[in-house]
Amino acid sequence: MSKTSISGIPATRLRSDCVVAYTPATGGALKITVRSKVLALYGEAIRQQAAATLADLEIASGHLEIDDFGALPFVLQARIEAAVKGAYPDLQAVSLPPRTDHKRVKSSRDRFRRSRLYIPGVQPKMMVNAALHGADGIILDLEDSVAPAEKLSARLIVRNALRVLDFGASERMVRINQGARGRRDLEAIIPEPVQLILAPKVESAEELRAIDQLISDISQAAGRKEPVYLMPILESALGITRAVEIAAASPSNVALAIGLEDYTADLGVQRTEEGRESFYARSVLVNAARAAGLQAIGTVYSDVDNEAGLAAAAREARSLGYDGMGAIHPRQVGIIHAGFAPDAGEVEKAQEIVRAFQAAEEQGLGVVALGSKMIDPPVVKRAQRTVDLAVAAGLLKRGWKGKAK
Amino acid sequence: MKLTKNTAGRRVPDIVNGVAQTPYKGAGKFAPTGTKAAPPIRAAQDYPADGDKRVPSIKEALERAGLADGMTISSHHHFRNGDLLMVPVFDAAAQLGLKNLRWFPSAAFPCHEPIIKHMESGVISHIEGSLNGPLGRFASEGRMNGTAVLRSHGGRWQAVQDGEVHIDLALLAAPTADPFGNATGDRGPSACGLLGFGLVDSLYADRSIVVTDDLVPFPCVPWQIMGQNIDYVVEVDQVGDPSKIVSGSTRLTRSPDRLYIAELTAKFVRAAGIMRDGFSFQAGAGGTALAFAIYLREMMQEAGVKARFIRGGSTKYLVEMLEEGLTDFILDGQTFDLEGVRSMRENPGHIDTSPFTSYNWHGKGNFASMVDVVVLGATEVDLNFNANVVTHSDGVMLHGIGGWQNCLASACTILPIPSFRDRIPIIVDEVTTLCGPGELIDVVVTERGIAINPLREDLIQATRRSGLPIKPLAQIKAEVEALVGGPPQKPALADEVIGIVKWVDGTVLDSVFKIEAN
Repeated sequence: MSKTSISGIPATRLRSDCVVAYTPATGGALKITVRSKVLALYGEAIRQQAAATLADLEIASGHLEIDDFGALPFVLQARIEAAVKGAYPDLQAVSLPPRTDHKRVKSSRDRFRRSRLYIPGVQPKMMVNAALHGADGIILDLEDSVAPAEKLSARLIVRNALRVLDFGASERMVRINQGARGRRDLEAIIPEPVQLILAPKVESAEELRAIDQLISDISQAAGRKEPVYLMPILESALGITRAVEIAAASPSNVALAIGLEDYTADLGVQRTEEGRESFYARSVLVNAARAAGLQAIGTVYSDVDNEAGLAAAAREARSLGYDGMGAIHPRQVGIIHAGFAPDAGEVEKAQEIVRAFQAAEEQGLGVVALGSKMIDPPVVKRAQRTVDLAVAAGLLKRGWKGKAK
Repeated sequence: MKLTKNTAGRRVPDIVNGVAQTPYKGAGKFAPTGTKAAPPIRAAQDYPADGDKRVPSIKEALERAGLADGMTISSHHHFRNGDLLMVPVFDAAAQLGLKNLRWFPSAAFPCHEPIIKHMESGVISHIEGSLNGPLGRFASEGRMNGTAVLRSHGGRWQAVQDGEVHIDLALLAAPTADPFGNATGDRGPSACGLLGFGLVDSLYADRSIVVTDDLVPFPCVPWQIMGQNIDYVVEVDQVGDPSKIVSGSTRLTRSPDRLYIAELTAKFVRAAGIMRDGFSFQAGAGGTALAFAIYLREMMQEAGVKARFIRGGSTKYLVEMLEEGLTDFILDGQTFDLEGVRSMRENPGHIDTSPFTSYNWHGKGNFASMVDVVVLGATEVDLNFNANVVTHSDGVMLHGIGGWQNCLASACTILPIPSFRDRIPIIVDEVTTLCGPGELIDVVVTERGIAINPLREDLIQATRRSGLPIKPLAQIKAEVEALVGGPPQKPALADEVIGIVKWVDGTVLDSVFKIEAN
């Protein structure tokens, strides 16, 4: 008797999603059953897509059952593939939606990463409009937010989302799983337009180097030219202890992130609002990141309704040297950006320095001076970044230099 | 049923439930003639001199009122989904062996689902009024005997006033009343705010019954309904559940996409220069409209701008604005939560209005056209900005018109709507049911951008440098279709009219067709 393989969680009836079940059979006709809340409008389209997807996967028998609650085509396609591959784990064929040509914003090593918005890999409804909320990065998560039974489905939904959806100006990030599952995640994701990989629970330089190597291999095989940046997440005592080595382990590293839920569990302490228990770890991480020329990225603030608490957490993270933090709800993004914005005094000072630098350049001077003080190049660079941050936070107009004096 | 094409190009019947109809002529094009309808003359000698019009039960009141087969019973919907009156009324009518009644509510809600059995048994022939939820589906499936007639709140007043609908018996649920029939909605254990939707019934019906669970000695003040228009008063245990007036459509949204749309809408109102001292606005029920009011309030506080009046549906958010001095008045048509009820009772700036003052097209003007900006929902919009509010794209009738059509008279009508729901695009080639002509709809705000009606060159100019994501409606439509896998197939609808949509002037704007059972 053949066993039925299911993608999706029956009985959740999640809007804009579907549940697909596939029961293999040896020989016999292929049977497709569609139940859908949009049957009157898309019944025929769903049937056609199911047939085409099964053809891609070289499936000609068995019974495919779709319970649809308004899933978009890229989700249906992923869940059909996941259901079939649940039944045939060694199946090599894939069914890829055509890539949509969106204007893609290029990433760079030191772009702003003030906010990164987590979206569970099995919540396609949240992916579709994720770009609206202006987060610096969008993380399609394959790890902690995805139940074990849904890991394969999440991987394929995220793969298809990267091919189809417009993430606007947000950096496209994926958090992979650990170990063998993470390697399969990379095989599916790296050929697609992902820009940064978050590696969870990193505890050694070797671990990270192995991930980096695998990414290079997959990139090469897929003809990928764009770089893939890495953001290791340190979330254990051992990881924090080895922060310096991990930061220096790969040239692809652009940032170190800290994960405090797991870290405090590892220490065996409660995670508190004031965070004294993690002060050491947070400081170590900033130091290690800076020493390697990387950004330092803070944890998430999990109480979505406490906006004041989030604002305070963002200000504190900034004061410790952090460049950004995680968001678990779109409403947190604006508050985080405000928290990581420079204050008026800083902006004013930075503007003076940038203007002085410009004046020196125009006069062909090698040395920048502000009043009687000499300004070093790193200070100029930092001032420029402060000014850029102020522009990004809406505190300064883009053309502020033109209006000076 | 013979169908002819009206000016809007929609096929409409010329006779509905035995009454000859005028097809839609265009917005503001139909000129009414004649005089208004009037109720029969009554004399005080036929009423108790001590003013005590009490009757022991609803059943007895129905009998004393002379309810007979084929008559029309009306009711108001101020309790929304918490109405406890009309199911017992029709149960009593069934016990009396009555048949073929017409129910003429200002709206029906899911709580009225038990009434379906009275339609199946023939006690009720059909309903004329907004059909929300299960009753709408019942009618859509072609199971109702007569044809549904959907009218706006203003159109309901117009229909009664113009003699199109004759009410034989009005049943008026009243949170507080005296034995003479004076009644108010703003106090009592079941307070629901006001009784404005029942006002026309009290004025024009042959007979009127006030039903209350809070009888006070004469006089009941304020008398939103006057006892001089009332025949009988009945006391019951509970007339309505005011906690249920906060039904689905009046709850604040938590959806990040809808909050984003609401914020974009408020930004548009500010950028277009509409938000200025002394302006007015109306935000209907619906989570996005409520969120819009909250964002606008923040912007008004920031800019130090004060409104002259806000048109309700009132909610606690509008009440807070009144109490903070951000508006001089709330001109309220119905209260959507208990804070609205309290404010109406306590705050002299919180005024109760009726469809006559606010919406009636066949009057010497109304409030709706004096509103600077109104924010409304829709189920579909086409590329000419024509919009639908009563059916979904699959053809099922699930919503009433409410004040929606009447509000289109405002200086600027904005529809903040998601560009698709689940997989179903909201911007379509042709709306399933035409409820509002595109010439009256100025702006559509979606999460993918803001589309301004090309007829509104002034709004286009005013917001040209606003930095807001303004783009053609066709572009938003194309973006959505790329995402959802193309436009949907045509749903299978039978060529059988199960309902009509009236325009505010009583002409027939469109037909609602029977869905094929699947």
